[in-house]
Amino acid sequence: MTDSGDNGKMSGRRRFLLVATSVAGAVAGAGVATPFLRSMMPSERAKAAGAPVEVDISKLEPGMLLTAEWRGKVVWVLKRTPEMLDNLEKLNSQLADPDSQRDQQPPYAQNHTRSIKPEILVVLGVCTHLGCSPVYRKDIAPADLGSDWLGGFFCPCHGSKFDLAGRVYKSVPAPSNLVVPPYTYLSDNRLLVGSDSKESA
Amino acid sequence: MSKQQNSMMEWIDKRFPLTITWKAHLSEYYAPKNFNFWYYFGSLALLVLVNQLLTGIFLTMNYKPDAGMAFASVEYIMRDVDFGWLIRYMHSTGASMFFVVVYLHMFRGMMYGSYRKPRELLWLIGMAIFFVLMSMAFTGYILPWGQMSYWGAQVIVSMFGAIPVIGDTLSNWILGDFMLSDAALNRFFAYHVVTLPVLIVVLVFVHIIALHETGSNNPDGIEIKANKDPHTGLPVDGIPFHPYYTVKDIFGVVGFLIVFCGIIFFAPEMGGYFLEDNNFIPANPLHTPDHIAPVWYFTPYYSMLRAVTVNFLGVDAKLWGVILMAASVVIFCFLPWLDRSPVKSIRYKGPYFKFALTLFVISFFVLGWLGTKSPTPLYTLLAQIFTVIYFAFFLLMPWYSKIDKTKPEPKNVTK
Repeated sequence: MTDSGDNGKMSGRRRFLLVATSVAGAVAGAGVATPFLRSMMPSERAKAAGAPVEVDISKLEPGMLLTAEWRGKVVWVLKRTPEMLDNLEKLNSQLADPDSQRDQQPPYAQNHTRSIKPEILVVLGVCTHLGCSPVYRKDIAPADLGSDWLGGFFCPCHGSKFDLAGRVYKSVPAPSNLVVPPYTYLSDNRLLVGSDSKESA
Repeated sequence: MSKQQNSMMEWIDKRFPLTITWKAHLSEYYAPKNFNFWYYFGSLALLVLVNQLLTGIFLTMNYKPDAGMAFASVEYIMRDVDFGWLIRYMHSTGASMFFVVVYLHMFRGMMYGSYRKPRELLWLIGMAIFFVLMSMAFTGYILPWGQMSYWGAQVIVSMFGAIPVIGDTLSNWILGDFMLSDAALNRFFAYHVVTLPVLIVVLVFVHIIALHETGSNNPDGIEIKANKDPHTGLPVDGIPFHPYYTVKDIFGVVGFLIVFCGIIFFAPEMGGYFLEDNNFIPANPLHTPDHIAPVWYFTPYYSMLRAVTVNFLGVDAKLWGVILMAASVVIFCFLPWLDRSPVKSIRYKGPYFKFALTLFVISFFVLGWLGTKSPTPLYTLLAQIFTVIYFAFFLLMPWYSKIDKTKPEPKNVTK
């Protein structure tokens, strides 16, 4: 690339052409790459497939967990017993974000039960660490989780722990509380998950 | 050669440098004469690569990269296609054996200092092959679309989500959807059967070209090119690759194939280590298996990923885990510059290096074992301790390799 002129130096004109060609080539390269890279983003069909889902909770007994699916993700609906709700307060010192400061829930679920109605918890059953689905462990003080376990969710993949409001424990791999999706009550026993307003159903 | 053959070769040589290439890379490529057992694994890696390429082509003929059909098409290959089970087991066992031979190949390099000057670039090209190999293994493991395929992919892709700011967009771009779905399976198939095989073949070619430029290292870690016969100009300690090492490698191939066939015919699942039990259940996005672990060759890194449980410097534990895991693999690239020992081979290195390498191997195995277990407080603590040892091997190397008491290198290679 050094041939140019008689004295082995590049003339100003040749240098200009070299730079101009390189820049034009780079711009063209980026232009050509764009459609290919964009083709890998979620398609229009994938974008359209996020409709809210209705969940019937009339048969949900206290202490029972119901699983639904919204946007391919697990949605848990848990009906908490009064004891479970009482236990939530006792855990505050062991939790990373007991008051739900982080933006992991809609404003109407930013309370100490992380729910609209205190006993009904609606959260995504997707670990905030690396996306596994934790296991519902309502047994008190089981051998594998220790004597101070008051019930909650345990992620088998990497050992993260959450309480019965989906709040994450300290010193586990997961960084934040489980996500509360937008939801609303269509009636006492009918939930709409994926939307805050009854109209968009 | 007969006269006709000679004129035939002449005809070709004027149009393609066949004789020159044959001589330069085989019959007159001089390799050190003291290669031992550890020098089998390069050629064996090549053999396994060919096995993967060939069996892979035949699997593609019957496999369907569709979330609704993938699992059933793999079962179809196993049950209805003539010898389909054999071809699939050759491929799945080949995947694990690829890592076995590549790990041994890398360990050989660490013992004899094969990464040292002038082979730094050779080592880096090798690391690039290792990264592509890991991607191949990951994308390939997703294809059967069983429970482990699904949740393994979920965990790996979620790691990209840990990157600040661009994480979410990046993982949507990788998945082609807002969750792991058919779109991702389809594109991982494209990577697995087109992109990555082409890349790995090119890189292996470049690796061999770079090797033949510098020449092979050897168990004594001395340069045979530094000691040439004044009359012939050939290395005193060298012998032509062909026929000497082609014959030696054929012996290695036979030994390897005995083991390889033994696994294929008697233990293709290897007790759940080569093919995991949960992957015989179709993918279910709503239920994570109670116990998930990657395939054995990824378990050491996986242990380090989940060993980080505290936030640090304002960065949360999740991102640190991902960074640490990436670092645990990338750090091998720095070996050529971390090692400050005046000698290359472990034969002449001192007790510090031997001790450090032993500890490193132990920590690699312990982390690998921990990665197959469910996390408990004790196991997490062990993983943290051995992660520190793993990294200490690399990070303290500039210090301990320099002050170590080495022995003088010989002028000629020894047995």
